Amino acid sequence: MSIEEIENEIIQEFEIFGDDWEGKYEHLIDLGKSLPIINQENKTEENIIKGCQSRVWLNSAIKNGKIFFTADSDAIITKGMVALMIRVFNGQSAKDIVEAKLEFINKIGLKEHLSPTRANGLLSMVNRMKLDAIKLSQ
Amino acid sequence: MIDSKHIREQFPILNKRINNNSLVYFDNGATTQKPKVVIDSVVKYYSEQNANIHRGVHTLSREATELFESARQTVSSFINSKTEEIIFTSGTTDSINIVANGLDIPKGSEIIVSQMEHHSNILPWQLWCERNNGKLKVIPINRDGTLQIKKLESLITHNTAVVALTHVSNTLGVINPVNEIIQKVKAIDQRILVLIDGAQSVPHMSIDVKNMDCDFFVFSGHKMYAPTGCGVLYVKKGLMDQLKLSKTGGGTIKTVSFERTEYVNGPLRFEAGTPNIEAVVGLAKACEFMNSIGVNNISEHEHSLLVYAQNELRAIEGVEIYADHSNKAAVISFNVKGQHPFDVGTLLDKYGVAIRTDHHCTQPLMNYYGIQGTIRASFAIYNVKEEIDIFIEALKKGIKLLS
Repeated sequence: MSIEEIENEIIQEFEIFGDDWEGKYEHLIDLGKSLPIINQENKTEENIIKGCQSRVWLNSAIKNGKIFFTADSDAIITKGMVALMIRVFNGQSAKDIVEAKLEFINKIGLKEHLSPTRANGLLSMVNRMKLDAIKLSQ
Repeated sequence: MIDSKHIREQFPILNKRINNNSLVYFDNGATTQKPKVVIDSVVKYYSEQNANIHRGVHTLSREATELFESARQTVSSFINSKTEEIIFTSGTTDSINIVANGLDIPKGSEIIVSQMEHHSNILPWQLWCERNNGKLKVIPINRDGTLQIKKLESLITHNTAVVALTHVSNTLGVINPVNEIIQKVKAIDQRILVLIDGAQSVPHMSIDVKNMDCDFFVFSGHKMYAPTGCGVLYVKKGLMDQLKLSKTGGGTIKTVSFERTEYVNGPLRFEAGTPNIEAVVGLAKACEFMNSIGVNNISEHEHSLLVYAQNELRAIEGVEIYADHSNKAAVISFNVKGQHPFDVGTLLDKYGVAIRTDHHCTQPLMNYYGIQGTIRASFAIYNVKEEIDIFIEALKKGIKLLS
C-alpha cells in the first residue's frame, strides 16, 4: 500500500469515533501498547530523539531499498503516535517518506501533536524519520 | 474570607472554554492570568499615555516618565524597599544575570546554590564559575524537599562570595526559611552576598526585603498578575554602585564622548534602552490589585486550596506527592505510578485542565528524586475548590483511560 492509502485507512479507522475524543485516545493508547518494542540494544543514547518531553527511541534500517523503523517511548500517548507513523512509513521508499505530507494527522483530529512546542516530540520524530530515510538511501 | 466570585469576574480569560470544557487554569507557577485592571492599564497606556521616558520635554513624555517612576515607588513599597533600590529588568532571569555578570568578586570564588534551584538560578552562576575558575557548591535537600541547612554552614569557606537561593521552590512549592538562612550566613561572614529568587514567593506571600536582609531579591511581573517581559532586581542600598554593568546604552549616562562616559548613579544605570514601559505600568497595577485583596488573604486562600487538593490527591491510588506536607506555597508536584507525566498532562488538557508537566527547569532536582519529571498544579487567587474537584475527576478519568 502507498503512504496515502495507509493514511486513508487510518482516517477511516478514526472516523467511527466522531467527536468522542476519549474513544480516540483510548484507541491511540491501545495502538501504543501494541507497538512492537524496539530491541533493547537499539535503545541507545544516539537513538533518542531530542526535544521531546517524553523519551522516544527510534531505530531505522533499510532492506531492499525500503525503510523500516522500530521505536519506543516512555509515554504511551507518544507511543501511540509513533505507532501510527511507523504504520504509515514502514516498507516505503525514502523518496515517498520524505515527500509525505501526513495530512491524516490533522484529519483524525490529532494535529495538536504536531504543534511546535517543546513539550511535543512528534514533529522532531517525523523530521528524524525523514532524515534517517535520506541517510540510509544514499 | 475573600469574595471568589468577584475576583474571578476580574479575569476575562477564565470565561474561555478549552475542548468544550470550562478552563481550569492550574499553571500559575508558569505564569498567572491578568486581571482587568492590569489589562486596562496597558490599553490605557497605549491609548492615552504612550511616549518614551526620561527623555522628552513634552507633556506626554513627562507624564509617561512620572507613570514609570511612580510604578517604581509602588513596587518598592510592595516589598518594603526604598525606591532607589529597584531596578526594572525583563524578568527574574535577566535580574540574576545582571547580578552574576556584575559582581566584583575575586576569581576562584565559591558560589553556593541549592539542589532545588530553577535553572535560571544555576546557569548564570555556573557560567561565572567556568569563566572565573570558580566553584559551584550545592546545598543538599531532604526527601521532603526541605534544605539541609546545617550542611550549608559546612559549605561556607573563606572563598565563599555568594549564596543564591530560591525563596519558594517552583517545582515543589517548599518555602525556604530565608530569614534564618541569611542570618546564619551573615553571622559566619558578613561579606558573603545573598541573592534570593522570589519569582515563586512574591505571587503568594507578603515580602519584606528589609526584614529579610538579603542583598539582592529578584522576581518577575508575569507570575504575579502583571504583563510578561518585566521584572525586578532589588539591590540593597550601597551595593548598586559596586555592580559592574553587563549591558549599557541609551538612558544610562550623564555625558558621553568617544574618550569617556560618565554614567548616572542608581537604577537607571542598569536600565539601558527603552524599557518595557507598559509592562512596568501593569506591574504597579498588579501590586495594587494584590494589595486590594490583601496579600495575607491571598496566602490564606491559596493555602486552603493546597491542603484540600493534597488531601484529594492522596486519596487516589498510585499518586505520589513530592514534598508531601503543607509548609508550602500553593504548588503541588506529583506523579501517578506507572504513568508518564506527559500522558496525564495531555489528557487533563482534553478535560480543560491546564497543568504543567516535565522537569520544570529543575533537572538537578529531578535527578535527586530519580525521575524524568512531575505533574505540577499551582494555584492563584482566582482558583476555587470546585476547580480542584474538576481536576481530581479529570485526573481519575485520565488514569482510567491510560490503564
